Amino acid sequence: MRINTPQELVNKIRSCEKCLAQKFSGETGTKALLVCGGLGCISTGAGDIISLLKTKLEEKGLQDKVSVDSVGCFGFCSQGPFIRVYPGETLYRMVKPEDVDRIIEEDVIGGKIIEDLIYIDPKTNQPARTEKDIDFFKKQIKIALYGSGIINPENLDEALGYGSFRAFHKVITTMKSQEVIDEILKSGLRGRGGGGFPTGRKWQFALDQKSDVKYVVCNGDEGDPGAFMDRSILEGNPFAVIEGMMIAGYAIQATAGYFYVRAEYPLAVSRLKKAIALLEEVGLIGDNILGTGFNFRVYVRLGAGAFVCGEETALLNSIEGQRGQPRPRPPFPAVKGLWQKPTIVNNVETLAVVPYVIRNGADDFVKLGTEKSKGTKVFALGGKVNNVGLVEVPMGTTLRELIYDIGGGIPHGKKFKAIQTGGPSGGCLTEKDLDAPIDYDTLIARGSMMGSGGAIVMDEDNCMVDVAKFYMEFICDESCGKCTPCRIGTKRMLEYLQKITEGRASLEDLDALTELAYAVKENSLCGLGQTAANPVLSTMINFRDEYIAHVVDKKCPAHVCKKLMEYYIIPEKCKKCGKCARVCPVSCISGVLGKTPFLIDPLKCIKCGMCYSVCPFDSIIKR
Amino acid sequence: MAVIQEHAKRRIKEIVASHKDEPTPLLIVLSQIQEEFGYIPLEVQEVVSEEMNIPVAEIYGVVTFYSFFSLKPKGKYIIGVCLGTACYVKGSQNIIDKFCELLKIKPGETTPDGKYTVDALRCIGACAIAPAVTINGKVYANLTVDRVEKIIKEYEGGAN
Repeated sequence: MRINTPQELVNKIRSCEKCLAQKFSGETGTKALLVCGGLGCISTGAGDIISLLKTKLEEKGLQDKVSVDSVGCFGFCSQGPFIRVYPGETLYRMVKPEDVDRIIEEDVIGGKIIEDLIYIDPKTNQPARTEKDIDFFKKQIKIALYGSGIINPENLDEALGYGSFRAFHKVITTMKSQEVIDEILKSGLRGRGGGGFPTGRKWQFALDQKSDVKYVVCNGDEGDPGAFMDRSILEGNPFAVIEGMMIAGYAIQATAGYFYVRAEYPLAVSRLKKAIALLEEVGLIGDNILGTGFNFRVYVRLGAGAFVCGEETALLNSIEGQRGQPRPRPPFPAVKGLWQKPTIVNNVETLAVVPYVIRNGADDFVKLGTEKSKGTKVFALGGKVNNVGLVEVPMGTTLRELIYDIGGGIPHGKKFKAIQTGGPSGGCLTEKDLDAPIDYDTLIARGSMMGSGGAIVMDEDNCMVDVAKFYMEFICDESCGKCTPCRIGTKRMLEYLQKITEGRASLEDLDALTELAYAVKENSLCGLGQTAANPVLSTMINFRDEYIAHVVDKKCPAHVCKKLMEYYIIPEKCKKCGKCARVCPVSCISGVLGKTPFLIDPLKCIKCGMCYSVCPFDSIIKR
Repeated sequence: MAVIQEHAKRRIKEIVASHKDEPTPLLIVLSQIQEEFGYIPLEVQEVVSEEMNIPVAEIYGVVTFYSFFSLKPKGKYIIGVCLGTACYVKGSQNIIDKFCELLKIKPGETTPDGKYTVDALRCIGACAIAPAVTINGKVYANLTVDRVEKIIKEYEGGAN
């Protein structure tokens, strides 16, 4: 049903709030099961669990009493799949399809908590029944992820019942464009896509332009490998991002918004499209919204697999159907953007935060964070850390809190080596940076950057030269080819890194690599090239000894670079079982079953690591 | 040069026509063609060029720029090995090497029988289950090198 006036919207929000509150409190005798629908959980069986729950509940005639929803990512991916049960918010983790019967019988019907599906705190060995009891969640504050993991992302009523469109109502009924921008400026909100440019200032530039057509573009081209914040936000609560876009549209007096989302994220795209359709149906997107005369249309465009399209001007070219190559600036998009019209480009997370700022006021928002970085930041915590997942923490949280308190430390008692933030544009931070507060300026001062929020932890088994090479391969592949420093410079840098990891480099090569890195940094056209050298420079500064080991000693201390390491069977530990010889694809392992220890011929070995992974006695080492 | 079949040509014209109200719809059109036909050879680009009144050189430039578009047909099973950072630091390079070794192709190539393509993917955002591999959309979590052969065998019988 169409919502025609601001008052009707208020009435609708009130009734939705009541409904949702009832669903979670169970006061009318119902129960609700929320299943995490993040990619991690889906690929470990959440889809089967949802359909099983539905069938079994129907068999028992409980489908009207017990609801089952697939919701956005809970964040604690390493413990998935998850089910949260209302009322009570009991969290079951690592649920398998065969647990479904017990959950229905014992908890839903019997009202008993199933102890063995509850998370056990590895430090205290105590069960932690709800998210409030789990360390991983304790330090988190959900602002960008507000509603994600709670509302059904395909249900507008639930979104309205959980805060959506209250900010839009406030803006459209009580604020002028300039007042909205003033509030955003006051909140100190900075772009969450990486650069950290003040959002309000960007909006101000666009508002100051005189033009009959202006655009808001949402950058959902999350290409940073190891980052999945934007995907999770779009999958968990697309309504919040759309609302943020509409508030931005109202503020700069635009009439249309474009979402540019990676094609690699089909679920995010389908949820976004569904949300847009639902909002169009009730008239919250379209012409004369709520009878106020504000017109706003929202469109979705998909990327086609090009990292550089995350750069705002390249993104605009891509929407225009061209190669995604950046444009020289000025003119900035706020002056001449999409189809030469004034355009603001904001990241998904930035727009998701906007409704919160308006709803709660800038004064509330600035309470969180550091002097120059306000609010929270979402990180995709990955790599060698126990609690892999999606976390949102206030700016100013230290890396130690992120890795150890929330992340639960490094698996298998290994030693922490570095945390890489900012992806291919960023750098790595080490032991000495662990107590630094995370904010835009501190990370830059320490040689990395905030970036979009990928945070990959590395341990003693990772070779930092190899990591630098990995990022350079990525950049080299993704360089659009428009400007020479980036197109050729990244290729040459990659060649140096290959030489180093293959033990063919000299100390002079290290100096040449450094010089080249600065040249690419200073002379490239867009952010991709300007930051391309960061992973190399930061690893060369922090791990110079590793570079030296590769160059001078021809050794890879972490035993990663294949040309500089070998597999070796310790004769005293070898139990002569021959398992290694059977899996060796090049038959380079010899020995006599049960009689002589097995031996690898280093000249024939292709270093595939099969023997290493199958040896039941850990008798094979890398050296 | 191969001749494009009449019904395919008709379908491409339909796709172009269905987006004619959009400003600058080239990427949308190409995405849809890629999705339906699996690749965008030069003959198809020529049809698009005629229909949209865009030089074929420009279209070729766009097709070769984006990694989603392919000039050649892909295999029946597309094995996408994630080489995002989280997967990489957990050893996904060894996984893709193993797939390539067993199928005797390089990343980006298709086996001569047209059955498998091995693609190196940039982060699919499944960092929590790294290293991750997708085969025609099915996700394999926490892969190890020794499981690779078994996974290929799953597809050998043609049961999938």
